[in-house]
Amino acid sequence: MARYVGYKRPKNTKKTLKALMKYMGNHKWMLALVALLVFISTGANIMGTYLLKPVINRFILPGDIKGLVMAVAAMGVMYLCGVLATFGYNQLMVITGQKVVSEIRRDLFAHVQKLPLKYFDAHTHGDLMSRFTNDVDTVQEALNNSFTMLIQSFLMVTGTIVMLLVLSVRLSLIVIVFLIFMFVLIQFSGKRSRKYFTRQQEQLGRINGFVEEMVAGQKVEKVFNHEQIDFEEFCRRNEDLRKASTSALSYSSMMVPSVVSLSYANYAVSACVGGLFTLAGMFDLGSLASYLVYVRQSAMPLNQFTSQVNFLLAALSGAERIFEMMEEPVEIDDGEVTLCNVNVHDDGSMEVASGYTGDFAWKVPGGTSFDDSMLAKGAVPAGDGSMLVPLCGRVDFKNVVFGYTKERQILNGISLYAKPGQKIAFVGSTGAGKTTIINLINRFYEIDGGQIIYDGIDIRDIKKDDLRRSLSMVVQETHLFTGTIADNIRYGRLNATDAEVREAAKIANADSFIRRLPDGYNTMLYGDGANLSQGQRQLLAIARAAISQPPVLILDEATSSVDTRTERLIEKGMDAIMERRTVFVIAHRLSTVRNSKAIMVLEKGEIMERGDHEALLEQKGRYYQLYMGQFELE
Amino acid sequence: MIKRIFSFFHQYKKYAVLAVICIVAESIFELIIPLIMADIVDEGVANGDRALIFIKGGQMLICAALALLLGIGSARFSALAGQGLGAELRKEEYRRLQAYSFSNIDRFRVSSLVTRLTSDVTNVQNSVSTGLRPAVRGPVMLVIATGVAFSINAQLAIVFLVALPLLAFLLFQIISHVRPLYTKMQSAIDMVNRIIRENLTAVRVVKACVRGEYEKEKFNQVNENLMSVSRKSFQLSALNMPAMQLVMYGTILAILWFGGRLINKGGMQVGELTGFLSYVLQILNSLMMISNVFMMLTRSLASASRIVEVIDEKIDITDENAADISVTRGEIEFSHVYFKYKKDAAEYVLSDINLHIKAGETVGIIGQTGSAKSTLVQLIPRLYEATKGVVSIDGHPVREYPLDHLRDAIAMVLQKNTLFSGTLVENLRWGKEDASMDEIREACQIACADEFIDRLDHGYDTEMGQGGVNVSGGQKQRLCIARALLKKPKVLILDDSTSAVDTATEGKIRRQLSQKLPHMTKIIIAQRISSVRHADKIIVLDDGRINGIGTHEELMAGNAIYQEIYESQKEGAEL
Repeated sequence: MARYVGYKRPKNTKKTLKALMKYMGNHKWMLALVALLVFISTGANIMGTYLLKPVINRFILPGDIKGLVMAVAAMGVMYLCGVLATFGYNQLMVITGQKVVSEIRRDLFAHVQKLPLKYFDAHTHGDLMSRFTNDVDTVQEALNNSFTMLIQSFLMVTGTIVMLLVLSVRLSLIVIVFLIFMFVLIQFSGKRSRKYFTRQQEQLGRINGFVEEMVAGQKVEKVFNHEQIDFEEFCRRNEDLRKASTSALSYSSMMVPSVVSLSYANYAVSACVGGLFTLAGMFDLGSLASYLVYVRQSAMPLNQFTSQVNFLLAALSGAERIFEMMEEPVEIDDGEVTLCNVNVHDDGSMEVASGYTGDFAWKVPGGTSFDDSMLAKGAVPAGDGSMLVPLCGRVDFKNVVFGYTKERQILNGISLYAKPGQKIAFVGSTGAGKTTIINLINRFYEIDGGQIIYDGIDIRDIKKDDLRRSLSMVVQETHLFTGTIADNIRYGRLNATDAEVREAAKIANADSFIRRLPDGYNTMLYGDGANLSQGQRQLLAIARAAISQPPVLILDEATSSVDTRTERLIEKGMDAIMERRTVFVIAHRLSTVRNSKAIMVLEKGEIMERGDHEALLEQKGRYYQLYMGQFELE
Repeated sequence: MIKRIFSFFHQYKKYAVLAVICIVAESIFELIIPLIMADIVDEGVANGDRALIFIKGGQMLICAALALLLGIGSARFSALAGQGLGAELRKEEYRRLQAYSFSNIDRFRVSSLVTRLTSDVTNVQNSVSTGLRPAVRGPVMLVIATGVAFSINAQLAIVFLVALPLLAFLLFQIISHVRPLYTKMQSAIDMVNRIIRENLTAVRVVKACVRGEYEKEKFNQVNENLMSVSRKSFQLSALNMPAMQLVMYGTILAILWFGGRLINKGGMQVGELTGFLSYVLQILNSLMMISNVFMMLTRSLASASRIVEVIDEKIDITDENAADISVTRGEIEFSHVYFKYKKDAAEYVLSDINLHIKAGETVGIIGQTGSAKSTLVQLIPRLYEATKGVVSIDGHPVREYPLDHLRDAIAMVLQKNTLFSGTLVENLRWGKEDASMDEIREACQIACADEFIDRLDHGYDTEMGQGGVNVSGGQKQRLCIARALLKKPKVLILDDSTSAVDTATEGKIRRQLSQKLPHMTKIIIAQRISSVRHADKIIVLDDGRINGIGTHEELMAGNAIYQEIYESQKEGAEL
């Protein structure tokens, strides 16, 4: 059951920091202002403590009430500035921090959109989700507090050290030795706890993935009475997480008390040595007293400093996982051929149109190699050195080699062609590679060898978005989004009107069941449309494809859960809108593909037979067998 | 709420207690050390007593060592207690979640359940682990320091009586305003997570429809919303610090002023004033700690209540009516069964279903998309409960069987098949944990899965990806059938689970099922007439009602819907 999510482990704090700084850099003036305000606020605090003594000595002892009034008033003003600065930097930091975090989330999401499917196949959703939630959270936490507190405590520590040096350089050596010792300790336990923090995040990701998978597959779990076993597995992972996070937190929260105790020791040694110095006449009693006050004070900000370092460490390991994902290579998309709407004139000439015309052409920039025979088929120059090639939906596979993994090839040098404007069907037993072929046409995966030519152009030369825009696809597994039924249909074409949505639903034969739902087209769907049956979901997916008015339509087992009667009706509706356009159909049910112009029978990644229904039947080959298999009932 | 959460400490309670003891002891040391130090300066140095300086210095070092031990102890114990509590909470939530019926789950939505199990628990456990120290230290320091301050000069300590309530009032104001914002923030987070999750699961649709930009826009909207909500709440909670400083500085100035006057009148010593001031700082510092804890608590309280909601949700389908009986034959009876998914739904999904299935019979169910075929069979293993009427097996209503047993005796292959991460054989063993390889091979052979498994490079040890990406739909279905057969069930339900299997293989599976498992009751939902035509009995379902029951020949003779379905599939053959 266990599947360990692999992590690359070279810790590269510097790189992560650099990436993080890039985000912070966008707000550098804001951050500079924050730093200034922190400086003022801290300054007010230190000055306040420092002024106590002179105020007492100069005004209170001599009984100078007037002077005391003045001093208290002056301190009041200074303190007020401090409070205002504190208010200012806290607010500004929240604003900036939230901006940075939301920018990180935005960029991460945008990057995920560009990742190839291979990446999604190799990572569990839970693991990916965890980067958006847990990891971004820790970064946010750090930005909310740590940045300002770090500056503040740094100022306090430096200020205190300076005061100590002023009072006695020799005695300060003790303190400095202790401070260095504390830093070494912090470094050491920091390393330890960072290791555990990363492990904690990994375990959290594993638990996330497990829970998601189990909640999604709960019906199966119930049907198989698998609760107990899953619970045990959950407990195992839960225990792993507990151990990892306990270690992480133990090490990180040990830092604070350890530093405090060291500072006690520091205090003790300073007091003894200072006392001896005083006895030896090298130091006076008053200075010793105030020196010790500062020694005592040095512990507090160092304390704060260390605890903020903890937060930062946690944030860094979170940030590292985020940036790691942002560095994942994106889908290759360096094609320059674009898809555009054209007006076609009677004489065959065409020009680029601005709106939707129903006619499409590829705009091939000069210099791109393409099949010259296309010129004969109506390609025309567009004027700016590029060519306009009408979109027909001709697809050629030339010796295509492909495997999802390097070890196992699915397609072994396959060649096929699909003539434009036809309904082309792929049949074949499961695992023959039908879906794979479709996945390659729209470049979900990169082929390992050979060439796929679309209207005479290598698909690698076509801009990916445009390639996919030219192909509307209804995939095997239907996915719906949270939103209304109408929203889900409109996913195919965002600017579709309500009337168009209804029209598409009618073509997909979904109109009648939709209207029977409590809120009709405005019925909300939740959690991937869990409240609809598989068949109903497929109807919606078909409506989604119908509304996009695509030049080429791919139906991959799109009606497998729809009853044959309904399927017939859908087919009729689709045929009407798909006139003149190319349709690829994949199905097990031969009744689904029977009307296709060309049927390709696939077996083990190779095309066994090709032809229309009658021709294939006459061949009495594989198709014939399949056909007879279905109609045993006769 | 807090009490309820803390009741889940279970075996980790002792760590919490130990942590508290360590923290209290540690805080006391912190107050003792300055006193020892005072002796060094006031007695040792002042009197030139070297021996005393060394003795006191040694004492301080010992104290420091003890404080170190206590500090490490408190860190370790707080971590153990907090993370232990978190683990227990997750476990309890997961346990409850497993018992949930589908309507329970619908009420929460999957995405929110996952957040409640992960981030919410993380919030709570971390605020316990890191909050315990300040939460205990703060009050201890506050009490001791206040006591000392009053003993130094009761008159001056009156300043506290103004400062403390003022600070408490300010903090209370902030916290009470922040709390509802945190709840809002959590739901904004849920929304962001939902978009991400849907985007991840539907990645093929997004790519095929070229909706990356649209998804980004959608995401940016909820992301902006999250930003503005969390900004508002954090901005408000960030008022904590300046409010604190305001009161602290005010107090210092007041003490300077009143203290100065007092000294002037001879009511106080200068040494007392400086001592007093240092205790004042101590007190206000501990208040700061307490207020930080409150801030943290406020945030985790929202999480805590979401956790408690999961734990306290009333579970719909339970074992409370179970008797000690077992399914022996697999005879199924529906009598006047009505069903709807939600109590307040207007129409019934199933209406007046009356049905008798004899043990060992093969029954086909056919009907249009949305005619409630799946709903009907899901009532048998009690995945849902009939709203009206009774579903019984072997003469006993299903609710009288213990759920575990009932679901063991009835194997169901669902329409939406799920394979889990793990190897192929691990997935098959879902059916029977200790199944021998022979049993597994036999089940795979009946389900016609053996032929493709043998062709896989790693055979039965092939890794299945998430949701089984590396096998095709038909192969997945055959695996799911094999998995169900391993249970050696009395009743087997195939819910459209051979739709992606080619017809020749499907026929083979069907024949093997009837030959090798003749006593098992088989219920087959299908789209293809060929899948059900050999059944002893075929049920035609239309809009949640039984339209006709009979053999293929009987229905062909007298059932309009059946004839239509037949025609739609037959058309091809006549060409």
